[in-house]
Amino acid sequence: MISDAPVIAGRPAPTGPPLVHAVNVMKSFHGNDVLKGIDMDVHTGQVVCLLGPSGSGKTTFLRCINQLETIDGGRIWVDGDLMGYADKGGVLHRLSDKAIAAQRRDIGMVFQRFNLFPHKTVLENVMEAPIQVKREPKKEVEQRARELLAKVGLADKPAAYPGQLSGGQQQRVAIARALAMRPKLMLFDEPTSALDPELVGEVLTTMRELADTGMTMIVVTHEMGFARDVADRVVFMDGGVVVEEGPPAEVIGNPQNVRTKTFLRRMTEGG
Amino acid sequence: MSTSAAGSGSPAPSAATVDRPGMIHARPVRHPWRWVAIAIIVVLVAMMISSLVTNPRWDFGFAFEIMQQTPVLEGLWKGTVFGTIASMILGVGLGVLLAVMRLSDNPVLRGVAFAYTWFFRAMPRYVLLAILGSLGFLYSQIRFGVPFGQQVAQSLGLSTDLTLFGFSWNDISSTIWVGIIGLGLSEAAYMAEIARAGILSVDKGQDEAARALGMSSGQRMRRIVLPQAMRVIVPPTGNETIAMVKDTSLLTAVPVLTELYYQAYLFGQRGFKIIPGFVAATLWYLIICSILMVGQSYLEKYFGRGFGAVPKKTKEKLMKIEADH
Repeated sequence: MISDAPVIAGRPAPTGPPLVHAVNVMKSFHGNDVLKGIDMDVHTGQVVCLLGPSGSGKTTFLRCINQLETIDGGRIWVDGDLMGYADKGGVLHRLSDKAIAAQRRDIGMVFQRFNLFPHKTVLENVMEAPIQVKREPKKEVEQRARELLAKVGLADKPAAYPGQLSGGQQQRVAIARALAMRPKLMLFDEPTSALDPELVGEVLTTMRELADTGMTMIVVTHEMGFARDVADRVVFMDGGVVVEEGPPAEVIGNPQNVRTKTFLRRMTEGG
Repeated sequence: MSTSAAGSGSPAPSAATVDRPGMIHARPVRHPWRWVAIAIIVVLVAMMISSLVTNPRWDFGFAFEIMQQTPVLEGLWKGTVFGTIASMILGVGLGVLLAVMRLSDNPVLRGVAFAYTWFFRAMPRYVLLAILGSLGFLYSQIRFGVPFGQQVAQSLGLSTDLTLFGFSWNDISSTIWVGIIGLGLSEAAYMAEIARAGILSVDKGQDEAARALGMSSGQRMRRIVLPQAMRVIVPPTGNETIAMVKDTSLLTAVPVLTELYYQAYLFGQRGFKIIPGFVAATLWYLIICSILMVGQSYLEKYFGRGFGAVPKKTKEKLMKIEADH
């Protein structure tokens, strides 16, 4: 992850082709246009926060990146791979489930509601995918899983079941589970929205530490403090389009668009 | 309101710590009707016992004798117990497969699963078993091969009739295997519905999380969805198993006569004491079903792991595993 490029704020400056390259992404549910042509580039090592009111399409866009939703228009490339399709001489062929599963391996995702496997222990949750999907040797995976659990501050909980943990602990396990696949990209879908207020901090701290290691992250969040401090770029979405984007100091500190201003005012009043 | 509650009963808070209400030692609510119910039940049970003990026609001694007869025990093991286990294995396996088909994206598979369930749920087991037992009249040879193979082979002048393998139905027509096929096929229709309910009970986020980790659809079903669905599937499957123990008495329709009820009945009839024969069968059914209920409660605990309160024993085991790690 460490490159020779000039380092700004602990992370390399964007050079070369973007890791995530989304062009004119469109998606509708039952005739209701949720995404109306989203363009977005995310470079390796960058942290991008997606902000916007609920229903603005930010979660849908995130889910389109790893094909949990299929897109109706546009293209998404991750690390040069066209997601979900094979381009054969200009004609798109839908990839098989198996091929799509292979594309997802390198993209970690953290959900709002954690979605840990309740019938497996914490350690089993983290070990499941590397063993089943990548067929890595169990010993190696277990050692890595323990290191990851230690990193998220849960070294003492390998044998616990998710139901015995607090929401904040569960979400940190979910982060460790995603990291166990050694992803190139991490997607966070409102990772702290389902947490009690006093548990938000521990998850955000884990995410900050992850950002400091140079992980490429796309984070849908309502945590303005996190976006301001950690993001290299924030993207403000509303009504299925990108309204405004740029460095957090500009977008959050000095918004230009009326919709951004209104949203940010509401957020700060609420907080 | 109990007058015996600790404290002076003064609500004034000014008396500081001394007068604050302490521990509650309230008198419990009285349940006079419970005692009435107990009295009635004691009388009824006494009446029942007296009728059992004083009526010589029950002849429990002969019933116990029948229970231990070799043909009865053979019927119990080879017919009732083996028939239950084998047809439940067939029923659960095929049922889960049908449930997965019913929930698949493929409209053909969905249709087949629906039609199967429709047919076998409408079919009485007794009738189904009788038909299977007589299938030899329709097809004396069961052959698997190319459709219209004989006709095709004839027109092409081939020496083979394009049959891959086959067997004579009459060879198995009155064996336990026909009974197992019949009961298992019928059971699969019910198990399909139970498994479908179980699969649908698993939160959609579970499948999504597994998908995001790159797991294939088969891995997601086997490792994530089905194990959680089992929590919902096991209790009704226990019910089905217990019902299956009793339904093995229908094996006589095939006819398969190595079966508990028929053998016990036969001994009663031969001794001109029909009732002890029924009693012998009843007692064996009670014993088998009691054992199954114990097994079911263990299964429920196993598949309930990670949900709700963890039993103390599991906790101790977990601590040990944790220490071993």
